[in-house]
Amino acid sequence: MSAVLTGALTVRQRVHWSDRAAHLGLALIAATLAAFLAGPLFAILLQAVDDRHGAFVGLDNFFAYFGTPALAESLWNSVWTSLVVTAVVVPAAFAYAYALTRSCMPWKSAFRIVTLTPLLAPSLLAAISFIFWFGNQGVLKGLLQALGIAQIYGWPGIIASQIFSVFPHALMILITALSLADARLYEAAEALGTRRARKFFTITLPGAKYGLASAAMVTFTLVITDFGIPKVIGGNFNVLATDVFKLVIGQQDFPKGAVVALFLLAPALLTFAVDRFVQRKQTSMLTARAVPYSPKPSRGFDIAMTAYCVVVTLLILAVFGMAIFASFVKFWPYDLSFSLRHYVYGIVDGGVDVAFLNSLALAAWTALAGTAIVFVGAYLMEKTRGADWLRPAVQLLALLPMAVPGLVLGLGYIFFFNAPSNPLNFLYHTMAILVLCTVVHFYTTGHLTAVTALKALDAEFESVSASLKVPFWKTFWRVTLPICTPALVDISRYFFINAMTTISAVVFLYSPETKLASVAILNFDEAGEIGAAAAMAVLIAAASLVVCVAYLGIGWLVERRTQAWRASK
Amino acid sequence: MSSPQGEPFLRLEGIGKNFGSFTALRDIRLEVPKGEFVCFLGPSGCGKTTLLRIIAGLEAQSAGRIRQGGRDISALPPAERDYGIVFQSYALFPNLSVFDNVAYGLVNRRAARGAIEARVGELLKLVGLPGATAKYPSQLSGGEQQRIALARALATSPGLLLLDEPLSALDAIVRVRLRQEIRSLQQRLGVTTIMVTHDQEEALSMADRIVVMNQGAIDQVGTPMQVYREPATPFVADFVGKVNMLSGTVESAGRIRIGASSFECPTCNGSTGRRVRVYLRPEDIVARPIAEGDPHVLDARIEKIEFLGSYCMVRVNAGGLQGQPLTVYLSLNYLSEMALASGSPMKLRILAERMRVFDA
Repeated sequence: MSAVLTGALTVRQRVHWSDRAAHLGLALIAATLAAFLAGPLFAILLQAVDDRHGAFVGLDNFFAYFGTPALAESLWNSVWTSLVVTAVVVPAAFAYAYALTRSCMPWKSAFRIVTLTPLLAPSLLAAISFIFWFGNQGVLKGLLQALGIAQIYGWPGIIASQIFSVFPHALMILITALSLADARLYEAAEALGTRRARKFFTITLPGAKYGLASAAMVTFTLVITDFGIPKVIGGNFNVLATDVFKLVIGQQDFPKGAVVALFLLAPALLTFAVDRFVQRKQTSMLTARAVPYSPKPSRGFDIAMTAYCVVVTLLILAVFGMAIFASFVKFWPYDLSFSLRHYVYGIVDGGVDVAFLNSLALAAWTALAGTAIVFVGAYLMEKTRGADWLRPAVQLLALLPMAVPGLVLGLGYIFFFNAPSNPLNFLYHTMAILVLCTVVHFYTTGHLTAVTALKALDAEFESVSASLKVPFWKTFWRVTLPICTPALVDISRYFFINAMTTISAVVFLYSPETKLASVAILNFDEAGEIGAAAAMAVLIAAASLVVCVAYLGIGWLVERRTQAWRASK
Repeated sequence: MSSPQGEPFLRLEGIGKNFGSFTALRDIRLEVPKGEFVCFLGPSGCGKTTLLRIIAGLEAQSAGRIRQGGRDISALPPAERDYGIVFQSYALFPNLSVFDNVAYGLVNRRAARGAIEARVGELLKLVGLPGATAKYPSQLSGGEQQRIALARALATSPGLLLLDEPLSALDAIVRVRLRQEIRSLQQRLGVTTIMVTHDQEEALSMADRIVVMNQGAIDQVGTPMQVYREPATPFVADFVGKVNMLSGTVESAGRIRIGASSFECPTCNGSTGRRVRVYLRPEDIVARPIAEGDPHVLDARIEKIEFLGSYCMVRVNAGGLQGQPLTVYLSLNYLSEMALASGSPMKLRILAERMRVFDA
């Protein structure tokens, strides 16, 4: 009876045609990311080892860089200002996050909204505000000089503006880190009669250490790679980000620009590596059986925390409120009466009407295309089988954008797509390339959101479908997509807001026809029209706010339509 | 599904599976006749779930062939095989109603709406949940979800039903009730069924045959009674049911010496003086009837009594066994009738013909 067969007989399962379709989809995602991420980055590497005529020169460009004192000084300037900002922002944001998560102070959601709102505006809004406060015609210029600082333009302006623009980013990370607390640890400490300070140093701080590391790295990277703020308020104080722009756009010195871009890429790659490590540690720390911590009232502590948050919030309101206020005055600082002059000037005379519509179009396309690509890519990665040789590459390409500063990506796009030999050259100076660049720039966060949503689904849905002979895309359409719609709404909102406010990548890529509102701010600032620059920044923030509210509405509708099954019993 | 005469419905021929350098399954050979209910039983990590997933085509085997219903399915993707499956998590689609869940595989076959409705109604009646069609899975209890998953798996009338720990997420009372329901449903439909479980009681009460697995290999295949009464290996004896393990030596063919006592044991053969391990179930040590002069009767002293309800698990020390402790089951009534307590002396008879003897 028992037919004897050798155990060494190896078997390969035949690939079903529906699996082949999945592999094709995955290959398309991989090709897209290769063309619009790996290609441009590779072009930077190539550019950095070539001379201006395209001949290979090895590391000569790097030696030349360090031989130029002005450039080497920029490197030092970038590093030390970024360190100072990090040293201020991380403790400040930690205290704020601590107040939000571990105290019983009132008005928590108001505090949270105010501090996160600056994310809706381009980062350089803070720089514009500081010019109104402390600039040549600033209201508090005297105070600054009394402190012994001659002018705001330069490192004082950069550091101050960066602190305010990076604060919400660090805050978000730290709120997450501090929310992951296991109440049982605190109860155990309580039962042992542990004092408050000891609990803080033995439970809270170790629990948040990965979040702190992550916040510090992210802050440092955001600051060192930011372009808008040093451009607006840097004066003669040179940093890497502005050097790149000057070298590439001003002097057309591509090889040196590429070298500087690689310097910007290095800390970002490091941050990325540390962050991945931290994420893995942090999620494994909290077991499924942990009990969420909820703070107990403590009068003195709550009052102190409230006072701190009020001060920080007022400072934030003062900084960003100033830009809004100044955008509405007639003639700063001589005639402070209300006027829409800057808006009218900006929109009508400055041609921003077109730029603004371009920005909206970019944001809409990015939200649409980005969400589709990211979600389909994440689904194929998480829920289909086979093509194992392709998966590590897609995984890497999906996570890499987080490590690539916008400035570097934009530069790579110039090198890569501007080359006449590139068959994709026709995309150069089109809206399509702006959309693709922005999608790639913000790919990782969208991807991780999608992966988190997909991982929450039962891993056997696809197996069940296969056993019932239903192809995977039907299950994708009938089950996966409806369940994940809230995540889809989140992803597309994230793409929309970031496309509205981004400057760093697109500043290299726009053409006269595809000029964007965020870029127009820079141009107004350069032309000395700081009032109009403020007005445009406020306009972008207002548009983002409207869109955010609209998304809230959409989210609510979607929730009602697709999540009815969640209401149990 | 017409299978050639004499060929079993499902046949595994030398299935092996490696994950890198780790061998998850080694040379698995098994035949399952049509309509049989087979349990894969073993501790976690023994490879039973991997084997089930290979039969389903959800994992590819590294070696070996599978034949089902007369055709070689070794290289077929899951969608081209013929089975229904129920997972431990049930994997019900949470955003679809009970009706849509059960009809999920039917809709794809382009059946008429009326026919689908009739079939779903029939299935829901079969699993004892008629009228639940409009509810969402989250509105059902765990046991109800389990039945819906079963109905969905059976909807397309598959030739093979695969159950991956289907009861382990349920609480004890529901679990006991559902295992009888699944068993009778399976017998009514006559569908060949393979169930993976780590719960020996579940396997003993439901299966026609049990496949006991250990470290990627099959230790024994047999009826529940065979597996329990005649375990083929020490592992099976230990894993299925409770057992006393005693060290002894072969005295002569058919006789075993344990400590100072000698037992007549027909199943024991082997060279004299060989060291062996003797496995004896607690219920094979009895308190009555005790005949005078029976050589298999031992004097013992009660060391500890663990109260378990109608009976007690009693640990005794029999002087004749060189201090090797024995666990026996004694009824509560017997203990109170004889006024036995910790420290009391008593007599016990060993049912030596039930001894299982393995090499030490």
